[in-house]
Amino acid sequence: MALHRIGRSTILLPGRPRIAAGAAIAGKKEGEGPLRSDFDAIIEDDLFGEESWEKAESRFQYAAADACLKKAGLTPEQIDAALGGDLLNQIMAASMAVRELHIPFLGLYGACSTMAESLCIAAMLVDGGYLRHALCTASSHFCSAERQYRFPLEYGCQRPPTAQWTVTGAGASLVTGDDRLPALCRCTHVTIGRIVDMAVKDANNMGAAMAPAAADTLMRHMADTGRTAADYDLIISGDLGRVGHDVLLALMQERGQPLDPARYTDCGLEIFTPAQDVHCGGSGCGCSAVVFNGHILRRFREGSLRRVLFMATGALLSPTTSQQGESIPGIAHAIALEADT
Amino acid sequence: MTILIHLLKAFAVGGAICAFGELLVLRTKLTPARILVGYIVAGVILSALGLYGPIADFAGAGASIPLTGFGHALTTGVKRAVQEIGFMGVFTGGLTSTAAGISAAVFFAAMVALVFKPRPKP
Amino acid sequence: MFDKNARPSPRRQAQLDRYSRLVDRLSPKSPMAQGLLRAFWVGGAICALGQCFIEAGLHWLDMTPASASTFASVMIVLLTALLTGVGVFDRIGQYAGAGAFVPISGFANAMVSPAMEFTREGLVLGLGAKLFTIAGPVLVWGTSASVIVGILYAIFRW
Repeated sequence: MALHRIGRSTILLPGRPRIAAGAAIAGKKEGEGPLRSDFDAIIEDDLFGEESWEKAESRFQYAAADACLKKAGLTPEQIDAALGGDLLNQIMAASMAVRELHIPFLGLYGACSTMAESLCIAAMLVDGGYLRHALCTASSHFCSAERQYRFPLEYGCQRPPTAQWTVTGAGASLVTGDDRLPALCRCTHVTIGRIVDMAVKDANNMGAAMAPAAADTLMRHMADTGRTAADYDLIISGDLGRVGHDVLLALMQERGQPLDPARYTDCGLEIFTPAQDVHCGGSGCGCSAVVFNGHILRRFREGSLRRVLFMATGALLSPTTSQQGESIPGIAHAIALEADT
Repeated sequence: MTILIHLLKAFAVGGAICAFGELLVLRTKLTPARILVGYIVAGVILSALGLYGPIADFAGAGASIPLTGFGHALTTGVKRAVQEIGFMGVFTGGLTSTAAGISAAVFFAAMVALVFKPRPKP
Repeated sequence: MFDKNARPSPRRQAQLDRYSRLVDRLSPKSPMAQGLLRAFWVGGAICALGQCFIEAGLHWLDMTPASASTFASVMIVLLTALLTGVGVFDRIGQYAGAGAFVPISGFANAMVSPAMEFTREGLVLGLGAKLFTIAGPVLVWGTSASVIVGILYAIFRW
């Protein structure tokens, strides 16, 4: 069988599957940030009309999937598979969202890297001819993440200055091999992340835990494709935040593949302004999901981006292993995207 | 005038005990939960050694409101109960002397939770 | 991790140490003086408020010193519960840190906030079971320490 792998660990997608549509549904605080005009909808009610944060998060993900399908002009019956995940235990937000759509479903857990993980897998499945249309989704919700990973909302404790703010929002993209659909951009390469753990244990400094994994994925991607940072209009990481962003710049400098700070950014830094009191920036699956589907796809459509490396990062910690003293395993999946033509 | 002096003493001693806790937050890796456990156990031990009583006499609420005061109450309660009823006082004294604070916190917590819903902050 | 005797190789350990220094250099720090000052004045103010209740109990309500002290604690607990309910106490905690959680107000907030948060999982397994998730350790270790002191006291009677 033909092997599409190039180099040690990057997958070339010869059929260049297209991303035909993307939708981003964001929460109130995100809607007050600099990207407000990029979102398809801003939901002022944190409960989204539901009874609990978890159900609200699920509804965010459903709303994003629904909006994405409408933009692509497709019905749920036409979708061959949905690939999605979130941060909740047993990825319930994704399961309950897809429950309403009756689409064959692959549940994914990649912590905050889920949007890139789902795009990577969907692009490979579509490129291989196994699926025609694949729907990728990811979501997070500040309130459901707080109660699961940190403290109850009304508990009075200080957020350390390295902490990040979980984004409330969901994104969905449609990856397709159908030539009749428009192409906002095309997927060209996939680099699957390795787990890298540099013994960071501080759950309030996730950026530091994930940055080494991001550096590892970037180095392997560049070695496999022969590209450098200069080949990309933009390299955008998922939710490294201020600390992780700066650490990644330092690590890449050290390894001889320096990133140009003008063409490298992080979704967690794009989505909020420092005045929004989010300390080191945004985080969560929803962070990279809404920035990618809202902001990045909009810039592709306008033609201001030609080639982008989207690399969402995940901190694969569980509250249980953290309490048992384990360090935080980091991961980063990267997908290279190019404008059509 | 004496009341004002009492207030000032409570403010100064209570504030100092809290500031020391913040020093632990900022300088060590201790989480608030561990600091609180440390405080109550420290209160129990300091009180047993006879060191907390003078502070409590001096500062009033400045010593009884911080969690170390909770520990002090546990120790004074258990000592009094042992004096009064003998060995079984070991098991009745501590919680008897702190029952009001605990019952109030449990009851008010349940009532407040029935009435109010948690909200994210903007 | 699966080999209990395994230690990182010296080279790996040096890498980890170097990385930890890099992270430390690039991570923002909490301002020390500001944190201490805020904890001091808020914590002091809560204690001074407690003293007000003690004085009120002694002079107006004819209480013994012991019941006045209990009265003060209960009032601080009640006020904290209400402030937590209306969504104000978490802001005080964010501002004052230990100034809010070291006084008994922190104990009360640690019970009220999970009770509110988990009411959606029901009154028994939600509110009832989760009420002690944060404050429980304080009771467990405080009570245990007092029992040990009591046993010693029963033997040695100092």
